[in-house]
Amino acid sequence: MKQTIIPLGPYHPLLEEPEHFKLYVEGERVVDLDVEIGYNHRGIEKLAEGKTWDQIPYLVERICGICSTSHPMAYCLAVEDLVGCDVPKRAQLIRVVVCELERLHSHLLWVGLAGHFIGYNTVWMWAWKYRETILEICEKLTGNRNHYAMFKPGGVRRDFNKEQIEYALEHIVDVEKPIRMLTGAILDDPVIHKRLKGIGVLTKKDAIDYSALGPTSRGSGVPWDVRWDEPLDGFKDLKWKVIVQKDGDVFSKSVVRLLECFESVSLIKQALLNLPEGEAIDADIKEVPPGEGCGRYEAPRGEVFHYVRSDGSNMPYRHKVRAPTFNNLPTFKASCKGETIADVALITASIDPCYCCTERVAVVDKNNNEKILREKDLLRLSVDKTKSVMKKLGKTPPLYNMEI
Amino acid sequence: MSKRENGKVMKDLKKKLKKKIIDIAQPREKRIYIRVEPEKTPEVVEYLFSKYKCKFCTASGIDMREGIEIIYHLAREDKNMVINVKTLVPYSKLEIESIGRRIKAFRWIEREINEMFGVIFKGHPDMRRLILPDSFPKGKYPLRKDFKNSDVTDEDYDYERSGI
Repeated sequence: MKQTIIPLGPYHPLLEEPEHFKLYVEGERVVDLDVEIGYNHRGIEKLAEGKTWDQIPYLVERICGICSTSHPMAYCLAVEDLVGCDVPKRAQLIRVVVCELERLHSHLLWVGLAGHFIGYNTVWMWAWKYRETILEICEKLTGNRNHYAMFKPGGVRRDFNKEQIEYALEHIVDVEKPIRMLTGAILDDPVIHKRLKGIGVLTKKDAIDYSALGPTSRGSGVPWDVRWDEPLDGFKDLKWKVIVQKDGDVFSKSVVRLLECFESVSLIKQALLNLPEGEAIDADIKEVPPGEGCGRYEAPRGEVFHYVRSDGSNMPYRHKVRAPTFNNLPTFKASCKGETIADVALITASIDPCYCCTERVAVVDKNNNEKILREKDLLRLSVDKTKSVMKKLGKTPPLYNMEI
Repeated sequence: MSKRENGKVMKDLKKKLKKKIIDIAQPREKRIYIRVEPEKTPEVVEYLFSKYKCKFCTASGIDMREGIEIIYHLAREDKNMVINVKTLVPYSKLEIESIGRRIKAFRWIEREINEMFGVIFKGHPDMRRLILPDSFPKGKYPLRKDFKNSDVTDEDYDYERSGI
C-alpha cells in the first residue's frame, strides 16, 4: 500500500510548547512516527550559567507555565543536595502543599482538554470550573494564581498564616466533591470507555525501555513516583499511595490522573494540619561550595531532573534541566503504531504534553497530491469518531455543534 | 530505605564493576558517582540499565576545558539511589560509542549533547539535530564555555538547509 506522510504541528496559539509530528500512514493506519522538537528553545541552561544561585529559581519557574513550581523544587533540591543541608520540616510541608495544588490544577486542566478533544465539552467546562477553586486557593496561599515564587534553596520564601491555612482547608473540601462527581461521570461513561480503552497502548516493557515517567509510566504498570521513591523528610509521615494501572492505554492514563487528584487533596489536608508551629522556614544557605548535586521531583507529568555543578563561585558552572516530556515524547514511536489518525491526536495528548501538535496538519502524498488538514479537521475527526461510538451504543450524540 | 541498604548498593556495584571503573564514591546517602574511561562507559551504563534495573534519568554534558565530561544519570528506584556515571571525552578525540544504538531511551539525549557540545556518538541510528534549527551554522556549539551569543549572527544561518 502507498505510504503517506502527515506532518502534525508545530504551532498552537492556545497551549504550551510547539512540537511537530510526522506521521507515516498507510490509509488510515499510522505505521511510523517521527517527533521534532526545538521550536521554542530558549537556552535556559546557558542563561542559568550567568545567574546567581538565588536568581535561578525565578528563571526555572518560567520553563513551564503549568508546572511552574516543580522546576524550582527540583532545582532547590539539587542545590540542597550539593550543599548537604537539611530543610526545616515546616518549609518541607509548605512545599508539599504548593506542589500538590499544582498537580491538582494541572490534572484537571488535562481532563478538561481531553474532554474537549473527544467532543465532551461539558467535561471541559466542568473541569475548568472546579480548577478555578484551586487557583483561588493558590492565590490566597502564595499571592499568585501561577508562578508562585515560593521556593528558594534551603527553604521557602513565604510562610502561611493561620487565616490562609483555614481558608485552604475550608475550600479544598469544595474541590473534593466535584472531582468525585467528575471522576464518576467519566469512569462510568460507556462512550468514554469505548473511545479510550485499548487506544495507544504502551506496554510495560516499552515504558521501561523508553524510561517513561509520571502518569505515562504508572498507566503502564511501572510504579515510578519520585515522591515515593525519594521522599522528602516531610513526606514520610503523610499517608498516601501511588496510583498504578496496568493496561497502558489512554484510559489507564486518565484513571491514574483522576485518582491522583484524590491523593493530592488528601496530602494537602494532611500537610496543612501537620504544619509544625513556630519553626523556621529557611535553612539559610550562606554559600555554595564546589561540588555537584542532583535534584528530582515528581511534576504532574513525571520526574523533573536538575543537575548542578558548582566551582565555588556565586553562579553554577553547569545547570542541566530535564523536563519529563523529554523522556515521554519518544514513547509515541511505540504507542502510536497501528492506530488511526483520529486516535493519534488523542494519544499525543495522553502524555499531557501540549496540544500544539494539532494546529497545522498537512497531508502530503508521495505523488505530490497536497491536502491540508488543520486543527479543526483533526478535532472533527476525533469528535466524529465519538459520535459514531455513541450511535452504536444507542446514545444521542450531543446537541451542540462543534464550532471552533 | 535504610542507611545499611544504601551501603549495600555501593558494595554490590564495587564488586561487580571493579575492573571497569576508575573510582566510585558516595558523597551523600542517596547519590553514587562512578568515574569511567570513555571506552568502558557504554558497557557500564548498559549493565546498570539492563541488568541492574536502573531507570534512565538523563545525561549532562559539561565543558571542562580539557574535554567534554558526560554524566549519565540513572536511578535505581526501588533502592532509592541516583547512580551517576561520569566520563571525560578529551577534545583531541571527541568520540564515544553510542548507547542509544541498543537502548532507545538514550537516543534523544545523545542527539542533544551532539549538537550542544559537538561530541560524536559512534553508531547512533539517527544523528539529526534535535533542538537547534537545521539552519544553525555548523561547528558552533552553544553550551561550550567559549561560545558567545555574538558568535552567531543572522548571516551565519544557512536557511537553504532548513528549506525556508
